[in-house]
Amino acid sequence: MLTVNSIKNGIVIDHIKAGLGIKIFKILELDKINSAVCLLMNVQSKKLGKKDIIKIENVVDIDFTILGILDPNITINVIKDEVIVEKKKLKLPERVENILRCKNPRCVTSIEKYIDQVFYLVDSKKGEYRCMYCDEIYALSEV
Amino acid sequence: MLKGRHLLDPMDFSLEEIEEILNLGEKISKNPEKFSKACQGKILATLFYEPSTRTRFSFEAAMLRLGGQVIGFSEPNSSSVAKGESIADTIRTIACYADIAVIRHPKEGAPRVAAMYSKIPVINAGDGGHQHPTQTLTDLLTIKSLKGRLSNLTIGLCGDLKFGRTVHSLIKAMSRYKDNKFILISPKELRVPDYIKREVLQKNNIEFLEVERIEDVIEKLDILYMTRVQRERFFNEEEYLRLKDSYILDNSKLKNAKEDMIILHPLPRVNEIAVEVDEDKRAKYFEQAKYGMFVRMALIIKLLGVEEC
Repeated sequence: MLTVNSIKNGIVIDHIKAGLGIKIFKILELDKINSAVCLLMNVQSKKLGKKDIIKIENVVDIDFTILGILDPNITINVIKDEVIVEKKKLKLPERVENILRCKNPRCVTSIEKYIDQVFYLVDSKKGEYRCMYCDEIYALSEV
Repeated sequence: MLKGRHLLDPMDFSLEEIEEILNLGEKISKNPEKFSKACQGKILATLFYEPSTRTRFSFEAAMLRLGGQVIGFSEPNSSSVAKGESIADTIRTIACYADIAVIRHPKEGAPRVAAMYSKIPVINAGDGGHQHPTQTLTDLLTIKSLKGRLSNLTIGLCGDLKFGRTVHSLIKAMSRYKDNKFILISPKELRVPDYIKREVLQKNNIEFLEVERIEDVIEKLDILYMTRVQRERFFNEEEYLRLKDSYILDNSKLKNAKEDMIILHPLPRVNEIAVEVDEDKRAKYFEQAKYGMFVRMALIIKLLGVEEC
C-alpha cells in the first residue's frame, strides 16, 4: 500500500469524491505554488469507499469557497505542528465564474463563447444558482 | 444619477430614478416641441439582431424628435454580424461612432454582454423572451398619465400570463407601489409562474386573485391589460376551443366595466381585442404606443445626461 507522510504544517483537503481531486488541483492552481503538494487518488475510505486527498505543506491562505460547489462533503483541515487546529466548513460562494455552464439554448453564452460563465447564488439551502445573463435558475446537480 | 447608465432589466433603476424618467416623460408628452433640440449633435445606434419594426421605430422617432440622429441595422444580415463578428467587437466599434446604443437580440442576456464591453449607455430593446424594460417604462408612463397615479389600482392582466415577459415585468414593477391589487385572468395552463407569485406577490403581501373569465371580474378593474393567447400554447385543442373566446375582449364583455377603466395592450394585437373596442373611450392601446415614444425620449435624455430644455 502506498503511504504518504503526514504534514507538519499546512492544509489537508480530505473526503474528496474519487476522481475529483485532479479537477480541484487544477482549479486551485496548485501546480503554480512553491510548496510541496501531494494529490492522492483512490485512497481507501470507510465513508466513501474510495476518495481523493490533497495535502499542501506550509500554505494556509487558499480560497476554498469554490470547492463547496464541486463537492459539499469535502473537509478542509488546517494542520499546525501535526495537529488539526481548524476544520473549515465549506460554504457555497455568492458568485461563481467559469465553473458552472448555462444549459439554456436561448442564453447568449451559447453563441458568444469568449464571455465568462457567471452564476450568482440564489438559495444556499437548495444549492440554486442563477445565470447572470439569462436569469435561468439551476440546482447545482443540474449544471 | 442616470447619466452613463445602462438599462438592461426593468428593475435596474430605483423607484426614484423611474420617477425621474416618468416625470420627464410626462413633461415631454405635454409639450414635445420644447425638447426638439435636446439631443442635437448626438447619435443613437440601433442594433437590431432580429426584426422589430415597432420598437425600432419608437426609438428612432424618439431620437429624431429630440433633434438627434440615428444609425444602425435592422437585421443582422445587412451588417458585419453576418461575417461572424462578436457582440463585444460590434459594440466597441459602434461606441466609437454613437453616443448611445439600443440593442435587440434573440439571445437572452445579449444586451448585458454588450453593456460589459460598451463605453456608451446600452438600452435593452428586448432579448428573446427575457426582458423588455422600455415596454415596462411605457406601461408605467401610460398608467401614470392616464390614471394619475401608480398606486392603489386594481390591475387585471389577461391572456398568456405564463410566457408573457411584458406581464411578468409589469407585475414586478407595479408591485413596488403601494396598495395595488392584481387580478390574473388566464386559462389554467397559462397562469403566472409560481416563482412570480411566491417571490413577488406573496413575499410583498400583495393581494391577487386568479380567475379564468374576464366577465367575472371586469367591474372591479381600474386597468385591463390584454395579451395574446396563442393556440400553440394549449395542451389540447378542446381546451383551446373552450377558452379562446374568453380571451377576446369585445363590447359585450365591457358592459360592466368602470367608466374610467383603461384598456392596454403591448401590441401588436391579433384578435384578442375586437376591432369594435377601438371606438370605446377606454381603449388606450394606441395612446400607449405614443407614451412609449415619450418615455424613450425621456430615457435617452437621462442616460445621455443632456440638458433638459
